[in-house]
Amino acid sequence: MSATRPLHLAAEIGGPPRYDADSHVALARLAEQGALDFVTLGDSFARPGPDALAVLARVAPATTRIGLVPTVTTTHTEPFHVSSAVATLDWVSGGRAGWHADVSTTEAEARLFGRRGAAPAAALWQEAGETADVGARLWDSWEDDAEIRDVATGRFIDRDKLHYVDFEGSTFSVRGPAIVPRPPQGRPVTVFDGTGGPARESAARYADVVYVRATSPEQAASLRADVRRIAAAHGRDPDTLRVLVALTVDLGDAETAPEPGLESGPQLAGRGTYFRGGPVDLAELITQWHRGGAVDGFHLTPITPERDLERIVNGTVALLQHRSLFRTFYPGGTLREHLRLARPANRYAHARTAGATS
Amino acid sequence: MKQMHLAAHFPGVNSTTVWADPRSRSQIDFASFEHLARTAERGRFDFFFLAEGLRLREHNGRIHDLDVVGRPESLTVLNALAAVTDRLGLAATVNATFNEPYELARRLATLDHLSGGRAAWNVVTSSDAFTGENFRRGGYLDRADRYTRAAEFVSTARELWDSWTPDGTSRPFAHSGQHFEVSGEFTVPRSPQGHPVVIQAGDSDEGREFAASAADVIFTRHGTLEAGRVFYADVKERLAKYGRQPDDLKIMPGVTVVLGDTDAEAQQNAAEIRRQQVSPQNAILALEQVWGRDLSSYDPDGPLPDIEPDPDSGLVKGRVRVADPLAVAARWRALSAAKGLSIRQTVIESTARQSFIGSPQSVAAELETFVSTDAADGFILVPHLTPGGLDDFVDRVVPLLQERGAFRSEYTGSTLRSHLGLAEPVWKG
Repeated sequence: MSATRPLHLAAEIGGPPRYDADSHVALARLAEQGALDFVTLGDSFARPGPDALAVLARVAPATTRIGLVPTVTTTHTEPFHVSSAVATLDWVSGGRAGWHADVSTTEAEARLFGRRGAAPAAALWQEAGETADVGARLWDSWEDDAEIRDVATGRFIDRDKLHYVDFEGSTFSVRGPAIVPRPPQGRPVTVFDGTGGPARESAARYADVVYVRATSPEQAASLRADVRRIAAAHGRDPDTLRVLVALTVDLGDAETAPEPGLESGPQLAGRGTYFRGGPVDLAELITQWHRGGAVDGFHLTPITPERDLERIVNGTVALLQHRSLFRTFYPGGTLREHLRLARPANRYAHARTAGATS
Repeated sequence: MKQMHLAAHFPGVNSTTVWADPRSRSQIDFASFEHLARTAERGRFDFFFLAEGLRLREHNGRIHDLDVVGRPESLTVLNALAAVTDRLGLAATVNATFNEPYELARRLATLDHLSGGRAAWNVVTSSDAFTGENFRRGGYLDRADRYTRAAEFVSTARELWDSWTPDGTSRPFAHSGQHFEVSGEFTVPRSPQGHPVVIQAGDSDEGREFAASAADVIFTRHGTLEAGRVFYADVKERLAKYGRQPDDLKIMPGVTVVLGDTDAEAQQNAAEIRRQQVSPQNAILALEQVWGRDLSSYDPDGPLPDIEPDPDSGLVKGRVRVADPLAVAARWRALSAAKGLSIRQTVIESTARQSFIGSPQSVAAELETFVSTDAADGFILVPHLTPGGLDDFVDRVVPLLQERGAFRSEYTGSTLRSHLGLAEPVWKG
């Protein structure tokens, strides 16, 4: 396993619910100073907090480089609306959008909508996968050069370069094409948490970035290998996936802690492995796991964003940069470029080209 | 003096947007939205208004390709615009048929928080299965149910917005009605405006009644001064039965403005814009929309077809159908015969004319007349160019309105409700 694989770092900027723009902008700018790949903002209909995609759209013009990845739930929402909103986030941010697909599992969340009851996790993750699938198809439903503005023939678009998706899922269908033209990244970056069994299948099949939770580099490497194996089984090149270890971090108030380390417990379920220590300790952990080739990077959830993100950027990241393990500036402009993921070819354009040459 | 309200519509998917003009820029890049919004704010406008698309229009079984196609999702653009504006209201058109109250009320409340109280929702409805093919539920509502669902949707949203106390305590809510059965806790505290501003678009009787009962602004079609006064009196009169005052609902027709240094020059400019809006291809298309037939073999510079319309052909999908094609065809034939007009000239004469044409002085005076004589409370300007279509109006007409005392020179408050002179809704806990 190569030790020179680029390190990717992302940070969650949620925490106690805040509804103003300034606090979110300040945290995203801080993460951008550290040249992090992206910031995330969690979301759920089950607890207080603003709409995450809206918040990161508000953040977009106030930042220039950092990727913006809101959580978007797929259970009680419309897949067509979800794809339009994520594509629009990509447009307003100049190609920096992603989305973390999540599900709503509880009866309480179902009652907020009153449309259908709660469903088993396996069915919900299958639906989440289908939402990601139809989203990608809708983003491809406009070829990149569909807008022609041909004054001579009076045509604004070449309608042969727009495509119906005719998607039939287990719980919904979408005719298409999209309303929003193909976004700058072709497809915004899709993120799934692949830790749980039912989620991993959809994650490996549809995600660009997959989170895993591990308490050792060996476990992380094993999970990464599993995700890549499933991806390959679905005909994907595993190198088009980035597997990040999710860590909840408490950086305390010292450079190094007396007993830094990982722990996990039932009270931390759903938040990733818990790391307690100083910024230097975290840098050590990242260095060791990454050097061993266990992971592509880390998604860090600071337990107290205002305090811990500052320590991550000015402590942990600064040290990793000093060791030449992490970049000091953004060589590209889009989130895909930060992640070294290629801009996807358009499946419909490809299909037509293939058809023309066969 | 009665002050007017002004709003700006982002030009989009319709044949009035002139994309072929060399000054026309992207319909989708954020820079275009930013330019128009900043211009509106520089002009001290009340709000910026975005339409919505849920299915691409079709003509004769194929995607319509002559007008602007494609646009971003409204609320996401408006949240981004909140970062580059300070006072301008931000209005999103969002369909009440293909959304659910909990999610949309939350997205609107979030915009209100993030913008410091500048959010507005233009409530529209849709019934057709054509649009429904993109959504879980499909097309399932007849016309009457559309409005009852919309009314219940708005009242449910208001219940959600009122479910937190003004001092920031979340309380459980439960709504049980004909269309919605929802309960739980809302995730967003009461927003700066209490309730985002609610706009209703449409002139129908159901639309007027719905606006009188539930809306803060009604976005109407513009008619003549006299037609405007009749509409204005009718709608304002409907408010009393809902316990509302005439000032609680602002009447804002969508209008276009064409300027010139002189009135004569403005008329010339208007004629040129009409010619650009009705290209030869668009003339045939407009004809096909009335006739319901494929008329692509006709010469736009030649005479109208002598065959009769086929009103039930289903040629046009995703846009409002012509109500009485036979009558329209008869009217167009009569006009064409009387003036010796070609197809294209007939369409130019018959469809969507500009509302206010003249020198800046003339237009300012005419706008003021409409407002001072109760034909309108203000206007939603619909420019024909993206994104510079508002520049001339803001640079040349707004200062004249300000000099006349007909329009504000500075914002006096920070919320859209304060611009519109609307009280914050009373909290109904």
